[in-house]
Amino acid sequence: MSVTFKSLETILDQYPPNPEHLISALQDVQAKFSYIPKEAMTAVCDHLGVPVSRGWAVATFYKAFSLEPKGEHEISVCLGTACHVRGARNVYEKFRRDLAIPGEEGTTKDLKFTLRQVRCLGCCSMAPVAQIDEEVHGGLSQRKAGTLLKQFRKR
Amino acid sequence: MQIKTLEDMQTAKKLGLAQLYPDKPKILVGMATCGLAAGAQKVFDLFQRKAQHEHWDGVVEKTGCIGFCYKEPLVDFILPDKPRLTYEQVTPDVAEELWSEISAGKIPEKHFLARLDIDDPILDGGPRKLYKGKLKGFLAKAPRYEDLDFFKLQRHLAMRNCGFVDPDNILHYIARGGYFALYKALTEMAPEEVIEAVTVAGLRGRGGGGFPTGVKWASCRKAQGWPKYVLCNADEGDPGAYMDRSLIEGDPHAILEGMLIGAYAIGSSEGYVYVRAEYPLAVKTLQRSILAAREAGLLGENIFGTGFSFDIKLNLGGGAFVCGESTALMASIEGKPGEPRAKYVHTVDKGLWNRPSNLNNVETWANVPLIIAKGADWYRDIGTEGSKGTKIFSLVGQVKNVGLVEVPMGISIKDMVNLIGGGVPETKEFKAIQIGGPSGGCIPRELWDLPIDFDSLWDAGAIMGSGGMIVMDDSTCMVDVAKFFLDFLIDESCGKCIPCRLGLKRMREILEEFSTGKGTVADLDELQSLAEAVKDGSLCALGGSAPNPVLSTLRYFREEYEAHVLRRKCPAAVCKELITYSINQELCNGCTACVQECPQGAITGEKKKPHQLNAALCIKCGACHEVCKFKAVEVF
Repeated sequence: MSVTFKSLETILDQYPPNPEHLISALQDVQAKFSYIPKEAMTAVCDHLGVPVSRGWAVATFYKAFSLEPKGEHEISVCLGTACHVRGARNVYEKFRRDLAIPGEEGTTKDLKFTLRQVRCLGCCSMAPVAQIDEEVHGGLSQRKAGTLLKQFRKR
Repeated sequence: MQIKTLEDMQTAKKLGLAQLYPDKPKILVGMATCGLAAGAQKVFDLFQRKAQHEHWDGVVEKTGCIGFCYKEPLVDFILPDKPRLTYEQVTPDVAEELWSEISAGKIPEKHFLARLDIDDPILDGGPRKLYKGKLKGFLAKAPRYEDLDFFKLQRHLAMRNCGFVDPDNILHYIARGGYFALYKALTEMAPEEVIEAVTVAGLRGRGGGGFPTGVKWASCRKAQGWPKYVLCNADEGDPGAYMDRSLIEGDPHAILEGMLIGAYAIGSSEGYVYVRAEYPLAVKTLQRSILAAREAGLLGENIFGTGFSFDIKLNLGGGAFVCGESTALMASIEGKPGEPRAKYVHTVDKGLWNRPSNLNNVETWANVPLIIAKGADWYRDIGTEGSKGTKIFSLVGQVKNVGLVEVPMGISIKDMVNLIGGGVPETKEFKAIQIGGPSGGCIPRELWDLPIDFDSLWDAGAIMGSGGMIVMDDSTCMVDVAKFFLDFLIDESCGKCIPCRLGLKRMREILEEFSTGKGTVADLDELQSLAEAVKDGSLCALGGSAPNPVLSTLRYFREEYEAHVLRRKCPAAVCKELITYSINQELCNGCTACVQECPQGAITGEKKKPHQLNAALCIKCGACHEVCKFKAVEVF
């Protein structure tokens, strides 16, 4: 989605011009564009009366914000303790190999998938788990991870 | 409806009770995140569709999680004059079967988990027997909740409504005695008396620190400054703990009522709940419950006509573990990066926007209405000398019965793992239990008679923390666990002070040497002294407790560290540089499962003949080990 004045306006309208709303406004921007575009950052900071440097400090501090566009499907593999002791690392590596992500986390070249690690989705009883978009998948193995990817490639 | 008087409360209670126990059958589906992950939505939809199509005279409702997470999806049948019946692992197919029987007026016997004869809402007047007369046939022999090992030692106080009420229905909460404690506090007690009750009850903070709640409230009440803030910490970042999520998703009004009582005691009119954005359902549930409480007049101006006013705002976290720390959390609410500050001045004096602020965790707030309704002495009788009441633990990892467990303080680790947890699966051996998250420690089998309370755990080098309990068996490598927690903490360190920012990195480097077989005995000593330096020198509690996983594993599992250093071996076969995979030629029957799974093409062989593994190509991903059904893939 391109960053239009209109789409930003609907977000900014909800917030009175007060620095305390910086994180909430950026969360809305993140939800709308799947990342924080430069133009949006400037607009949010201008509106709230915050220096842009502070905006970037917040955006780089919290894990919830991404400075790059995300893929169509977001895969969050839980690497919390319960998942770790049940072999989540190997499952994560399987996703990484199959998606050919060069770094630890990242987005595929075709912008189809973004792979990232999270520490605890709070579904420890189903460990190891991964969340793909809104769905949580439990009891994963390397083989199940491969099957899931195949299903999502077709969607 | 607007609630202003005691009569209004009684009316609401009557309405609620009629919904909780209707004079027609009711189907209840557990729909917290754990239930949903297991497929509860499909089950709920199926029951609803069937009920509509067949014009069934009954109710289909959702509820929170009762704690039996590994049996999810859970479905309950509440039939007039019958015990409550719980069914386990109800997939859509099973639901279809259950429906055909229950809609025909029969009681299904398959997938039965337990029956509940007596419902004890704790807050409200005492236990209520759900049927008259004697049970016959299948029901008479069916196990009761208290017969199950998982439930025997449990006592659900904070979780009193989880799995019983629809979290989105405020009438259900009132029907089980909810908001009556608030009424009592506002109309019969002075603020000081409320604080006195919480102090005498011995309630200690459930978020990790274990600080006496009453003492905190008293200091905040005395503090100079206006306005004062009452905050709820729902930033459950501790990996392996999910009781706060479950409480919010199962019984949000208990938390709101606790905050209201706290606000009255402290003299505050504004509150915040700081909740993790990673918990979308918890966020929605909180939003809805705040709206419902406002509509009922239980949040807002002039509550119960007493002149007391209080309202709550919701604030979403940005995904930073350190924001569970009080000063970081407050910085985050102010819209800043969540960096902690030194606490020479306490947050009860100068917290959010430099005003007096009182922060308690979700579970702590949920305990408050109990103390006010039942009295401090009732509460004091539960638990141990120094740790009163119950605590919710998330019992997870290598254990059969995983789930949320609420027990009186003082139960032993052994009972927790072996009785409630049903032991470790298959042929494995219990090795250690990790308590308290990244700030906690690993406690070995030798100490498993240790009672679980704030002080015993502290002495053993762990902490209660928020109550995550990860059971580990002999397939877990302690060096790897220490590395895992350090990775987490390095990621989450805010970087403000040097001991935490650089000390943890250096500790991680030493552990890397161990797990790649390059460590020396001198490194072991350096690791120990560095860990102690980080502990003493860090600014906030995150850094101060960060070395705990290393220190506790060094204390109890030194041999395992030495095996990595002296023998270059990983006894648990986890550290990749120190292990090799091979195929046992006698056990392999040539099924080719591993050949197909290996991403490297490192395994070759024909059908029905033992396969060969080329160690030079192997990346030790473990895919072959996972798919082999004959235990022919060996790791040494």
